[in-house]
Amino acid sequence: MTGIQKHDQAAMSRPVEGSAGLTGSWRVFVPVVDNEKCNRCGICSLYCPDAVISRDRIIDLAYCKGCGICAHECPKKAIAMIREEK
Amino acid sequence: MEMDTITEIPDDEYILKCTSACAGCGDSLTLRYVLKAAGPDIVLVMPAGCTAAFQGIYPKTAFTVPVVNIAFGAAAACASGISRMFLATGRTTKVIVYAGDGGTLDIGLQALSGAFERRTDFLYICYDNEAYGNTGMQRSGATPLGAKTTTTPAGKAEVKKDIDAIIAAHNPPYQATACASYPQDLFRKVRKALTFRGPTFIHVLSPCPPGWRYSSEKTIEVGRLAVKSGMWALWEREHGNLAISAPTKAAMKKPVPLEEYLSVQGRFKGIDGTTVEQLKEQIRETFHRFREEEDRP
Repeated sequence: MTGIQKHDQAAMSRPVEGSAGLTGSWRVFVPVVDNEKCNRCGICSLYCPDAVISRDRIIDLAYCKGCGICAHECPKKAIAMIREEK
Repeated sequence: MEMDTITEIPDDEYILKCTSACAGCGDSLTLRYVLKAAGPDIVLVMPAGCTAAFQGIYPKTAFTVPVVNIAFGAAAACASGISRMFLATGRTTKVIVYAGDGGTLDIGLQALSGAFERRTDFLYICYDNEAYGNTGMQRSGATPLGAKTTTTPAGKAEVKKDIDAIIAAHNPPYQATACASYPQDLFRKVRKALTFRGPTFIHVLSPCPPGWRYSSEKTIEVGRLAVKSGMWALWEREHGNLAISAPTKAAMKKPVPLEEYLSVQGRFKGIDGTTVEQLKEQIRETFHRFREEEDRP
């Protein structure tokens, strides 16, 4: 593995989750999914810039920055952005 | 919304949670689909820009694909070297430059032109947020006429540089435009570009909430309005043959009023009527040029 050590001398970063901290702490409004209204189309997860919404619509709140794109784009209006108390 | 195309896009994500990109970042969304389309066997070459800045804090990164961070003006030159080395050693790994509008239209233009002239086998993607976002929204060659930036507080007096025409003059086998608001279209174009040998180019409009001064949830809507109003056109050109993408075809038949696009953004606040007319004239000219090019035998 001498090659990798050489690269390390050239300032190499390694992939790790949370490299920029828990970005969920940035959030002011939290997305809340109404499972009654949701028709599982997947548009929220399609448009999430940070891919924090999984296919089965579980939102990773440790990282969700609260941008609100999911709620704005949801065709069924099944996601509400609620002000978060911290 | 074409449901089937959503399922065609792989579930794999190549950026770990989470970069330090702003909430609602159009560039993050663009990069997400670029990487989904390209897969893991790539090298990303990145000059200075928002994307280089939001990778993570050394020695950590959110990117699971190899990234070479290189000086602002040198991305295409660096990619040329890597691509040539892969060719010499028989590696099939794809080389992709992911650069902003500053690193493409202004600072990286010379290296970009050189790499295209040498027929470097690589894909150059320009994510365009129409200013130097990472340093606080100074005007770039890509800033449109009338847009306010921190260095054009009264609105930019010059028109946006037509980088796509400059690229077209290099006769690449494939070039396209895309927009973060149409991820399926972007995904398909990246996949297609990677099937060509030689230099290929994709220019992606990536709306920027803090820079364009709209609230973060409107990123998709703003990008969509850019296309529907004609301020941004979606097309691809394969060996010189132009094909207009469906959303722009619809816009050419019946565009939404430009004011709808301008009024949702703070950067166009207080724009005067003459400038709006000039922008509308530009759109009409672009559509006219498209029709002529399409009709050519």
